[in-house]
Amino acid sequence: MELIFEKSRPGRKGLTLPEKDVPAEAKLDPKYARKEDAELPCVSELDVVRHFTNLSNMNFGVDSNFYPLGSCTMKYNPKFTERIAAMEEFAALHPLQPQLIMGGMLTQGALEILYELENMLCEISGMDEFTCHPMAGAHGELTGVMLIAAYHKSKGKRRKYILIPDSGHGTNPASAAIAGYEVRSIRTDEAGVMDIGEIKKALNEDVAGVMLTCPNTLGIFNPRIKEIADLTHKAGGLMYYDGANLNAIMGKTRPGDLGFDIVHLNLHKTFATPHGGGGPGSGPVGVRQELVPFLPISRVVKRKDGTFALDYDRPLSIGYISPFYGNFAVMLKAYAYMLLLGRKGLTEVSENAVLNANYLKSRLKDHYDIPYSENCMHEFVISASRQAENGVHAIDIAKALIDRRIHPPTVYFPLNVKEAIMIEPTETESMETLDRFADIMIELAELAEKDPDAFKELPKTTAVGRLDEVKAAKDMNLCAL
Amino acid sequence: MSYVPNTPRDIQVMLDAIGVKSGGIEELFKSISQELRAKSFDLPAGRSEFEVERYLRGLGKKNVTDLIYFLGGGFYDHYIPAAVDAIVSRSEFYTAYTPYQPEASQGTLQAIYEYQSCICRLTGMEVSNASLYDGGTALYEAVMMAIRITGRNKIIMDGAVSPIYRKMIRSYTGNLSVEFVETPLFHGSRMSYRDEIDRYLDDRTAAVILQNPNFFGTIDDHSDIAEKCREKGILVIESVYPIALGVLKSPREMGADIVTGEGQSLGIPLSFGGPYLGFMATKKEFVRKMPGRVVGATTDKKDRRGFVLTLQTREQHIRRSKATSNICTNEALCALRALVYMCLLGKEGIKKVARLCMDKAEYAKKILGEIKGVEVKKWPTFNEFIIKLPKDTSEVIGKLISKGIAAGFPLSRYYKGMDNYLLVAVTEKRTKVEITAFANALEDILWS
Amino acid sequence: MVPEGHKYTKEHEWLRVEGEEAVVGITDYAQSELGDITFVELPEKGREVNRSESIATVESVKAASDVYSPVSGKVIEINGALADTPELINRSPYEEGWICRLSVAGAIEMENLMDAEAYENYLKELK
Repeated sequence: MELIFEKSRPGRKGLTLPEKDVPAEAKLDPKYARKEDAELPCVSELDVVRHFTNLSNMNFGVDSNFYPLGSCTMKYNPKFTERIAAMEEFAALHPLQPQLIMGGMLTQGALEILYELENMLCEISGMDEFTCHPMAGAHGELTGVMLIAAYHKSKGKRRKYILIPDSGHGTNPASAAIAGYEVRSIRTDEAGVMDIGEIKKALNEDVAGVMLTCPNTLGIFNPRIKEIADLTHKAGGLMYYDGANLNAIMGKTRPGDLGFDIVHLNLHKTFATPHGGGGPGSGPVGVRQELVPFLPISRVVKRKDGTFALDYDRPLSIGYISPFYGNFAVMLKAYAYMLLLGRKGLTEVSENAVLNANYLKSRLKDHYDIPYSENCMHEFVISASRQAENGVHAIDIAKALIDRRIHPPTVYFPLNVKEAIMIEPTETESMETLDRFADIMIELAELAEKDPDAFKELPKTTAVGRLDEVKAAKDMNLCAL
Repeated sequence: MSYVPNTPRDIQVMLDAIGVKSGGIEELFKSISQELRAKSFDLPAGRSEFEVERYLRGLGKKNVTDLIYFLGGGFYDHYIPAAVDAIVSRSEFYTAYTPYQPEASQGTLQAIYEYQSCICRLTGMEVSNASLYDGGTALYEAVMMAIRITGRNKIIMDGAVSPIYRKMIRSYTGNLSVEFVETPLFHGSRMSYRDEIDRYLDDRTAAVILQNPNFFGTIDDHSDIAEKCREKGILVIESVYPIALGVLKSPREMGADIVTGEGQSLGIPLSFGGPYLGFMATKKEFVRKMPGRVVGATTDKKDRRGFVLTLQTREQHIRRSKATSNICTNEALCALRALVYMCLLGKEGIKKVARLCMDKAEYAKKILGEIKGVEVKKWPTFNEFIIKLPKDTSEVIGKLISKGIAAGFPLSRYYKGMDNYLLVAVTEKRTKVEITAFANALEDILWS
Repeated sequence: MVPEGHKYTKEHEWLRVEGEEAVVGITDYAQSELGDITFVELPEKGREVNRSESIATVESVKAASDVYSPVSGKVIEINGALADTPELINRSPYEEGWICRLSVAGAIEMENLMDAEAYENYLKELK
């Protein structure tokens, strides 16, 4: 498809601006002025709308396709929440408004939402207080690691290491490293969970914390999680929970009850806010009471008279990690979702997420290698190693699924499974959809045996086929100038 | 409300297939022992759409949003064209995931490529990333990038850079061995100590952070500073306001090495704090040190043009602890808004909207300056400027709000000794009637 | 079979000693694991390196790997051809795909270096 720039014609314009209505003209000294215009495209509104509508037709989205991406929780995004976020009373609110006159009296509705949302997240995760400032999951992780650092600094000892399982998401070690820690990787044992012997060996007074998710990226709940928490605490370290997999446990257990000290959640996963093609997200962080003083500035407080205010007086805080209060429009959608579902609804989410995953696993188990055969939780990992022996790799299966109008599951993650395919159906998919997916996967497994070469040229029904990633890296054509 | 389609029959069929003989769905949770179970899960009962909407509308009414905004501080009340909202409401865009499977995501990928291109055209730089969370984290990432490139760890920050961003950068780098020097504010010349900035430049300095227009709205040409920095191998990081770039000297023309900024003014609602859009652009020679996702053009076997995420080996999911940043998400949907906005305005529109902002601000400066006791600083500005009132702003702001006017930002919130100063922003949305009403109301409050 | 005259490391670098100089590169196993190489970050001439320090980075679409110097020394020459044709490492990892040449400081510490046979056995273990 043509680029928008290729459709540009001098003299065309999209938006008509109002005429100047003031009797004044600002004199711009030439030394501060642009010499060359910014060559933005000159196109009509129809050009723009048609261009982007056609582009959108080249995308898979949850609304059009089954999207079983493991670790991403691609559940249905309720349209209702879009309506709420677009409400003028929220969308038009300037973030500096609470600071205009004392007490944030101009934004009581928004502040109440922040307060109530934080409370609900506390109850869902079993933590004592939450901050919604982090603007994405990875941002939440960074914030969490900064909190770990602040905690240890207050105890007088810096500590050097963070322990992370080898099955952990890449943002975990990246966040730890960015915050100044060294990462020690702990292997996964035969049961598919962190090797407790290795943890015992690795824990010492130089370890600042352990970062993990539970269930882990293999979809397995570590029954000895409390023991790991106790061992870590005894060594003076903190337990950090990556909330990417919260969809598996709501109403059943809570990270706070498992012994975690810091938690980050992904509103764009568990709480159904849209992924947007890669953002915006929101990654709130919850902590145990002892860590509350370190939370970022500002915090919403409820005064005795029932009104809400922002507290900036937090001397031990890690500081400002967000320009204001977090991605409010995203948080609003998540809050609306939680209000819609309520206690029973959120519990049903986890129950059905786990049911759907196990059902799918039972349908695929005879056709693909499944490294950890116990019942999984909301996601599971299969291996295409059997098929790889015939030259059909995980990536080939992924491309074949695209032709069947199914977005492929996550491939080649976690790193400790060869030819990994990570599948997370979520609770919003029907049994018919799951069966169709299973039938296709079985068909592909059979095709891999009978005619492995059939995979080479797939996908062939999309606008483009497999793209040359090597050429992209070498050419480095990153913009049209 | 529930989005779960499973009926009791479906559930039974699935449990049978899994091999659960008794105990129902709970059997699937048996790896969570009793002692690990939630100690409480005390949430309110779920509600219907109608009830939740009524409740949230009630909360919405407790926000005051019909104020006439002269409020800026880095976040502006610009007009958002209808087509922007329409396009980002297409579910193929907003319910899609990160484009890791390019054949299923050409819509998102091409849009990001076009966004990267527009940012380059607007800033004059050679490469842009796919966006970062906001202007503040983008500035922090630029700092880390400069440190990676130069191998030095001292940063000079102009005190006239946004106080919000300066606080954020310090918070992020708190644990790292980065040395910050902030130049003092200098009321003499547009608040920035820029004429003396070379006092601070030495061979341990990695970069200088400048902002144009600066937090106080004044504009400048940083070419001379960039020249001095170049001599010493110091990088120049410019934080900019995209609408202003319709008319202002571009950072490339000034000699900047890394450009960052807040893209909210490009078709993104204020939304009480987010989501926003951090953009980053730089020179081609620095592209491997640049964080964030990047989309590149390539071809498939049939020589058809397509787009893919590229240079991913810098990123967290491959490089892990050696990544250039831990950033996973960009702000794809916000970047799409900005792209559509830039396309709708186009080459002429971006100039015109910038002009409207400047001219209306000029008018506001004029009539506010005519009020007895009100001093309007004479420095060159874009659409934001400082005025000094004859009394403490806190006495005046509340009264203006009750007249429906959000007059500007009281600088005393961030700066000691500036109790009488107000930061006033004027966008293309402010009519002559509104601006005149502001001046009249202010005069009334001060002198009647 | 890997070239006889070279020495090898566990991180899949090779070393070819030539008097008081040594040439460094990555092995055929390394290049095939990486896939098509798209970029090589070379050290600066004159740089002093210690053994096991990262001396270069080799990037492919799926990974970016550090190349660790098998010896201590000073970089006296770099393979400029890799700037335009990084795929030389894939095509000819032991010859045209050489990365840099060092002048070696003092005696080479041999404990962590394997000869061809030992490296071949090491590769067999990895499978």
